[in-house]
Amino acid sequence: MTTSTTRISAPLARGIHGDRKPGPLLFLILLWLSLLIAFGVLATLLVTILVEGWGKLTPQLLTNYPSASPDTAGARPAVLGSAWVIVTTAVLTLPLGIAAAIHLEEFADKKRWFNRLIELNVQNLAAVPAIIYGLLALGFLTLLQVQNKNIVIGGAVALSLLILPVIIIATREGLRAVPREIRDASLALGATQWQTVWRQVLPASVPSIATGSILALSRALGEAAPLLVLGALVYITFDPNGLMSGYTTLPIQIFNWTGRPQEGFHELAAATSVLLLGVLLLMNALAIFIRNKFQKRW
Amino acid sequence: MTAIIENKTGGPGLTPAPRPGARLTGRRRPAEAIIKMALRLAAVLTVVTTVGILVALLIPSLSFFAEVPVWDFLFGTRWAPRFADASFGVVPLITATLWTTVIALLVAVPFGLGAAIFLAEFARPRTRKALKPLLEILAGVPTVVYGFFALQFVQGTVLRDWLQLDTGAFSVLAAGLVMGVMIIPTIASISEDAMSAVPSAMRQGSAALGANRMQTTLRVVFPAALSGVVAAIVLGVSRAIGETMIVAIAAGSQARLVADPLEQGQTMTGFIANAALGDSRVGSLEYNTLFAVGLLLFLITLLMNFLSIRIVGRYREAY
Repeated sequence: MTTSTTRISAPLARGIHGDRKPGPLLFLILLWLSLLIAFGVLATLLVTILVEGWGKLTPQLLTNYPSASPDTAGARPAVLGSAWVIVTTAVLTLPLGIAAAIHLEEFADKKRWFNRLIELNVQNLAAVPAIIYGLLALGFLTLLQVQNKNIVIGGAVALSLLILPVIIIATREGLRAVPREIRDASLALGATQWQTVWRQVLPASVPSIATGSILALSRALGEAAPLLVLGALVYITFDPNGLMSGYTTLPIQIFNWTGRPQEGFHELAAATSVLLLGVLLLMNALAIFIRNKFQKRW
Repeated sequence: MTAIIENKTGGPGLTPAPRPGARLTGRRRPAEAIIKMALRLAAVLTVVTTVGILVALLIPSLSFFAEVPVWDFLFGTRWAPRFADASFGVVPLITATLWTTVIALLVAVPFGLGAAIFLAEFARPRTRKALKPLLEILAGVPTVVYGFFALQFVQGTVLRDWLQLDTGAFSVLAAGLVMGVMIIPTIASISEDAMSAVPSAMRQGSAALGANRMQTTLRVVFPAALSGVVAAIVLGVSRAIGETMIVAIAAGSQARLVADPLEQGQTMTGFIANAALGDSRVGSLEYNTLFAVGLLLFLITLLMNFLSIRIVGRYREAY
């Protein structure tokens, strides 16, 4: 490589000349290594939980209730509890998040201090530790004199507030990607600002809003810390059946079984982790599919 | 109501310049005014959330600090809130948090930056398209699963069985290492954005002067993106401090001054998670302790977040 630097070689033309010298080569290897380590850990993690949980990945995991014996224990209430909490969270947070994003992106005067404060606030909320949202909901339920804090709606409120900033940020990006010309054309035809948003901007950004919302909900589905604070670590042997029902969720069930001394419960924790990761991967795949299939390129 | 309608017709930047005689506002639409109010209310709710967090944390904290002097809380070196001779010195929790955070950063910063540099400067579009979803998966693994992995594999198998280290069932090292892997995607994706935003004219100029890609990356692109990179690291610190499940599972639950990464220790978040499991009576000192530690945690991460936002803000003005 060093001998041919006088001629304009292909690597020079592609801007990658000198990459084979020892220094740059070592640098490139180090870069590869850092990616490899990240993916190596991911692979190890997947293999670990698959190997450990394989024996317990049976229909019994979905149909049985928790039990003192790892041989008969299952995660049925946790599966149903997760479903209840996530659906409630989605119902609570999607309209609010999308509405707030529309206000900030389409209607708010960005020069006014109050709107700038809201924006700064949303950015900050997105990085507040999850467990703080649990304390917020705990304080709120205490204020309302709720005695038993292990209720679906309580957990859903905590998770809604947790992912609200994520949904707002994703929706705003989707709205921003709709070109100015679409809005101008609509306004020029006599549509009001709201008609423009409702009939042009919003339909055009549905794919990116859906993608962002699915990713946010998958984060909520995997979150355990706020629910732990709200007393979701309970022994439940019934199906959750309403907003005021007691519940536990998959992440909490994993946490519970991980903490037991018996090896059988660790296998159950691993099997439940595989289940949870499977659902999350499906949600991610759906989000990526929507992004690639429906997103408009302007 | 009419005042609001008039006030809100035509938004910022979208209203054409009014011509004399032209009636641009159209007829009044009360329904639209209501919709706009509703949208605004949704946005204001985010501020209400922040105020709610502050109030929810402050009220129990104030009753806590009425019983325990702030000084004893912040600088006391013994944390034993459930003992008969209770003591509320938060320093042990802070040492454990520091250990896990520093270990996590030692993992996340070099590997996260390495991944970011590779993706932004070296990867071909196709490689990049294949690798980024993998990083997203790494970011999407639930923290409780990371916790299980830290306890069972990193602590139990790697540290104890393979490396034969003198460590118990838990250690801040195992929790910190896995937390570092968890933070890699955060640092990688934000720093990659920062480096991708550096104008390619700067790279071309550097290449024209004879620099190879490593020199261009390290001496031109990296310094130009430095504030974005720093912001990413600060955000990583904030995530490490606030992470709960990994430390609750793998770091242990004994609150003591941690001097060695192979020891177990309880972090601030670990304490909140553990104490919440015990059914403490509302209004009791034990219950209030949760919120006092939560308030400290919130203030530390708030500081970090604003630092990060400010650094990014500055960086954006650069070009």
